Amino acid sequence: MTALRTVIVGASHAGAQLAASLRQEGWDGEIVLVGDESPVPYQRPPLSKAYLAGKSAFEELEIRSAEFYDKRKISLLDARVEAIDHSAGHLTLSSGQSLAYDHLALCTGARPRRLLVPGAHLSGVCYLRTAMDVDLIRAAAQPGSVAVIVGGGYIGLEVAASLRALGLDVTVLEATERVLERVTAPEVSAFFQRVHQEEGVSIRTGALVEAFTGETKVREVLLSNGEAVPADLVIVGIGVEPNTELAASAGLEVDNGIVIDDRARTSDRNIVAAGDCTSRYMASYGGRVRLECVPSAGEQAKVAAATISGKSKEIAALPWFWSDQYDVKLQIAGLNTGFDEVVLSGDPKLDRDFTCFYLRQGELIAADCVNRPRDFVVSKRLLTQASRGVGRAELTSAVSDAGA
Amino acid sequence: MTVVRFVSHDGKTHAVPVEEGQSLMQVATNNAVPGIDGDCGGEAACGTCHVIVDPQWSECVGPPGADEEEMLAMNPEREPTSRLSCQMVVSDVWDGLSVRLPEFQM
Repeated sequence: MTALRTVIVGASHAGAQLAASLRQEGWDGEIVLVGDESPVPYQRPPLSKAYLAGKSAFEELEIRSAEFYDKRKISLLDARVEAIDHSAGHLTLSSGQSLAYDHLALCTGARPRRLLVPGAHLSGVCYLRTAMDVDLIRAAAQPGSVAVIVGGGYIGLEVAASLRALGLDVTVLEATERVLERVTAPEVSAFFQRVHQEEGVSIRTGALVEAFTGETKVREVLLSNGEAVPADLVIVGIGVEPNTELAASAGLEVDNGIVIDDRARTSDRNIVAAGDCTSRYMASYGGRVRLECVPSAGEQAKVAAATISGKSKEIAALPWFWSDQYDVKLQIAGLNTGFDEVVLSGDPKLDRDFTCFYLRQGELIAADCVNRPRDFVVSKRLLTQASRGVGRAELTSAVSDAGA
Repeated sequence: MTVVRFVSHDGKTHAVPVEEGQSLMQVATNNAVPGIDGDCGGEAACGTCHVIVDPQWSECVGPPGADEEEMLAMNPEREPTSRLSCQMVVSDVWDGLSVRLPEFQM
């Protein structure tokens, strides 16, 4: 009898964890991890932080060493998958070759949303998702040159901090009225805006980009109010879109991500999926949620591996996130979707350490902890362990100066 | 060859060869030691690589740094010799070191 083969499409955080977890679950069939980027899966979070700032080398980004895959007979295949023929049980690669599978896992991730305006093709207009993207940005980021960042989300702000460290002149253009508008309370947005201004970044809110101009290389960013902002380098960070085309063309249900259940199974029960490409119903948020974060990718991958191995595990971990900018370490426990009240501990108007707790109908749902690891640890525990909601009183007793 | 032992909560031991300069978390993930997740990749941001150093070794290994201490302080399984393994840089003098894993990571 020949061994069963699991093919994992996508070799970033989710794919790499899925392969490792399959072996931890004792699955002894063949594992092929297909990726089109780098010989060995690497970590993405440091790309916009330490790697862009020149503080870490590419080799240091490897999630696990090449020997890890070798020793555990996990084949790393440098290829792109073009199509899934699920009834026949094989994939078509861009080389034209086909690859048979018994189990299939989709970990196709997400790609940066493109800004479709005139001049978007000019050289010097960059996006940030891969190490190669960062290598391009770093090559163009000479001290004293002028960088314009389109989008005041986490990626945009992390890039701003890293480019300031490299000695660039940095402007952030945010289309809405405040940075981090989609993900934080106004108090937290105002804090990050203040910190970036203190660090010498110019932040422009309500700034809508209409075009990039220049001959072959970008020179200016044109705004809808007619203003032209000079730029030697532009980095666009306006969110990501899940890579769902392969899944959709194979007939899997897609709804802002490949739809998975609590066991990481897609609408075809024989195909699992994990990571930024998935969306899953979460009762506490009243709908399907697509998470963009490494911890969630890892959690889903572990569950997907258990499912393939015939075991029963469910995706349960609390979503959490982190961001580093200058000397500010932000740690986020939970999702604040639908919050109707915030409780502050510390003063975000003056200090560089505080926590913003988010409540919905009087119960804690999330916390943004700025240079407050203790609050993060406590919040994560309160949110994970509470079989019932944690109210304001309990929060105040757990965190002594909350709401003070 | 320098060898470090990871003892899981249920008492199973994983003896792993290490090289000077690696982080102990990296060693654990490269060798598939169960119970060490290292979600944040070594930033002391997640607390999922908590280990408890054998008290006989605590002086040799040293205490947690300031950021690390903040992450450990509120952990319910904190012990006097707790460390985050991502902040432990392996030294050749650690041959024979034993660390215990907590029941749950953060």
